[in-house]
Amino acid sequence: MPHDHHDHSHEGMSPSGHPYRADQDGPLSYWQNMEIAVRELLIEKGVVTPEQVAAQIEAMDARTPANGAAVVARAWTDPAFRARLLEDGSAASREMGFDVGPMKLIAVENTEDVHNVIVCTLCSCYPRNLLGLPPDWYKSRAYRSRTVREPRKVLSEFGLDLPDDVTVRVHDSTADMRYIVVPARPEGTEGMDEATLATLVTRDSMIGTGVARLPNS
Amino acid sequence: MTDGRRWHDMGGDAAGPVPGDEHDFALWEKRVDALMILASGAGHFTVDGLRRALEDMGEKAFEEMTYYERWIASINQNLIEAGIYSIEELGAKMEEVSARGDTYGEAADAS
Amino acid sequence: MQADADFAPGARVRVRALMPPGHIRTPAYLRGHVGEVERVLGPFGNPEKLAYMLPADKQRLYRVRFRLADLWPDADAPTDTIDAEIYAHWLEPA
Repeated sequence: MPHDHHDHSHEGMSPSGHPYRADQDGPLSYWQNMEIAVRELLIEKGVVTPEQVAAQIEAMDARTPANGAAVVARAWTDPAFRARLLEDGSAASREMGFDVGPMKLIAVENTEDVHNVIVCTLCSCYPRNLLGLPPDWYKSRAYRSRTVREPRKVLSEFGLDLPDDVTVRVHDSTADMRYIVVPARPEGTEGMDEATLATLVTRDSMIGTGVARLPNS
Repeated sequence: MTDGRRWHDMGGDAAGPVPGDEHDFALWEKRVDALMILASGAGHFTVDGLRRALEDMGEKAFEEMTYYERWIASINQNLIEAGIYSIEELGAKMEEVSARGDTYGEAADAS
Repeated sequence: MQADADFAPGARVRVRALMPPGHIRTPAYLRGHVGEVERVLGPFGNPEKLAYMLPADKQRLYRVRFRLADLWPDADAPTDTIDAEIYAHWLEPA
């Protein structure tokens, strides 16, 4: 799972046969044992194949915040696409070629007056088809508990201090929908092409705990 | 909780600062995630069933087990309930896995 | 898809103040509180049935917007809001 500022390739993480040594060499834990046992039973029972498991992990590794960033950059540069994204996030993402599966996506847009932030208080629902797997803090008790009560304090811990005249809209992913924030396009980016703009779109800016990077920062 | 609110339903609770640390997922964790998607996709349980068993495991499990440790426990619970394999089959398989070696690599690669 | 919805966008709704055990996707912190329907979604299978592999009825899903200040006496700022998805059977007119 790449972190912000490190959207590099998955060195050491390819499912092709040589990766993952570090975690393979530790003592076998009870739960790792259960994973192996459950997987082998599912294979023996014909529920899954080893190839399906490998393909699923490959697809998982291919889903990174770069996907979401491409969607945001398109929305910044193409007003018609932006309108379609805000109308139906899943359809607009599919239009860009991203396999969002059955995910039902709502895109919410930051403006001068509104800042959006995403949380899941009941578990850890996350737009994984566009952003990859969620970071640990997103699943933490602190983030899940406090974001719906004191969002400004939580955002401040992420280094984001919002002025009083900006309304904070918290979105609690309680049911079937998933959310992505379309951060505000930074000033000084006029004339930049879509690919360059996408490099400014951080994972956290699409969760709402950050904003897009300024050019040359 | 005497008011009936369950432990996982934590929106609005007081809590400390949001932790900043992150970790990359290990192969076994990714496999757990893949098994969830594939087995639920095959219709043997639902994402709500996954959550239901996670919730029923209680707060102690949330505090003491890692995310994917809880997931494999819940996936197993749902698969047992769905009759995909028996508890006896699982017990025998886990014994077999243990006997293969002391590390995840040794135990997983012997299949 | 919204023709059979009980509540239109803008409708004032109250989340039912029940606290039964079991798998429920209506957060406790919203129960008993009043908000405004932001948009109408679904219908989707009722998670309270799906969680137990029971035949699931389809429920309309509403995105309801609450004012933080209505939920918490110590709210950060009066205009801040929380949007959450609430299934129809958890809502009543307010």
